[in-house]
Amino acid sequence: MDKNRITLFLQFCVALLAVACLVPPRTAGAQDPPRVVEISAKRFGFTPNQVTLKNGETVTLRLTSEDVTHGFFARPLKIDQEIEPGRTTELTVTPQAAGVYTVICHHFCGVNHGNMRMVITVTE
Amino acid sequence: MKQINRRRFMKFTGLSLGIGTLYRVIPALGADSALGGFLADMRRSNGESMSPFTFIQLSDSHVGFNGPPNPTGTAAFERAVEVINGLPQTPELVLFTGDLTHDSEDKDVHAARMAQFRKIAGGIKAPKLRFVPGEHDAGLDGGILFRENFGETHYSFDHRGIHFVGLDNVSRAKPEVGPEQLGWLRNDLARFPRTTPIVVFTHRPLFDLKPDWEWFTSDGDDVMNTLAPYENVTVLYGHIHRDHELDDGHIHHYAARSLIFAFPDPAVAPEKKPLPFDKEHPFKNLGLRTVADGGPKTKPQHALAVNNVELTLREYGGVNGIQQLLRKPSF
Repeated sequence: MDKNRITLFLQFCVALLAVACLVPPRTAGAQDPPRVVEISAKRFGFTPNQVTLKNGETVTLRLTSEDVTHGFFARPLKIDQEIEPGRTTELTVTPQAAGVYTVICHHFCGVNHGNMRMVITVTE
Repeated sequence: MKQINRRRFMKFTGLSLGIGTLYRVIPALGADSALGGFLADMRRSNGESMSPFTFIQLSDSHVGFNGPPNPTGTAAFERAVEVINGLPQTPELVLFTGDLTHDSEDKDVHAARMAQFRKIAGGIKAPKLRFVPGEHDAGLDGGILFRENFGETHYSFDHRGIHFVGLDNVSRAKPEVGPEQLGWLRNDLARFPRTTPIVVFTHRPLFDLKPDWEWFTSDGDDVMNTLAPYENVTVLYGHIHRDHELDDGHIHHYAARSLIFAFPDPAVAPEKKPLPFDKEHPFKNLGLRTVADGGPKTKPQHALAVNNVELTLREYGGVNGIQQLLRKPSF
């Protein structure tokens, strides 16, 4: 290998190192995409019917309906969403306090609509 | 205007019968000149003075429901009709605050239930019946079946100096009134002086009573803000299948009991689950209570008793309840 090629290779390595140094290190949470939780609605329940989140953790709820339009509502978590069949609805949630929260369907979907609910538990 | 003692000239009574509530508007017309002046002022301010009448609120008959919380179906509703027809004074008006029927996936079945409701309600010997839908009546079809049977899902009318407003917070499927109806409400009320007595009747509570039991209306605050300038407002609603009263500033909210089954007190019950049926007392959870509002003139009286339906007379004092309709106008 001639001298020029060695010099060129070394210069390339130095440049690559410099670029690498300029890129900040990946930190957990800051760069990772939010955790995705998939929830399916079907008269008259949600699957899963219990989900556990961490306080302060941003998560994406990916909501789908297997039959008709449903609601997804939890006032303390600032969730007020409709879930239409045939499409995926994404919702970003960052719980602000630990606790056990009831999520209800608030889009009337049939005779047992009043019993359609699930629980989100937020841990510290 | 001369100070008058409202208790002397008018008496409002609410008759808690478990099948609904009877409200009496009783101006004790007499020789009191202050009363005459008051009524004249009301007439001048509102265009019409109030005059005595009674009305009843019924709610949540769920015609078509037949399950463990109440296997007797329409028995309580039919008994309610008997009781109303047996009252010594025929009410001029009966307001139904929704869930007239229990929903069905089968449109024909639902239509048959609505027809059955109309047949039973049609037996009430009152000259005027008015209805608003519950989510079981109008949540799935946007109110089509309700309109076929009763006309618009929201409307207003005047009766003896009181402006009645029926609001629909169910037919958009979600618990909300919606911007169009809010606009209609603003226009409807705009023509009235602020002293006009207003009774709003609707299905769901217009405030956050228990959101995770779906006991709320999303845009209830907008309705309240629209009503806020008016000094004499009472809101009657159903949906929660139990008594509840809320004094929200100068607006008073009253829930009627159901005619099918009762829900427990959300403050103590771990979950929303109907109270169990008691076959020895089939109407037990639908009423049978003695009510006192704490006012100085409160004196419960047993107005009448019809087998398992006891009626308890509730007399409101001057600071509580529907006597807000009779607040002195401010000029």
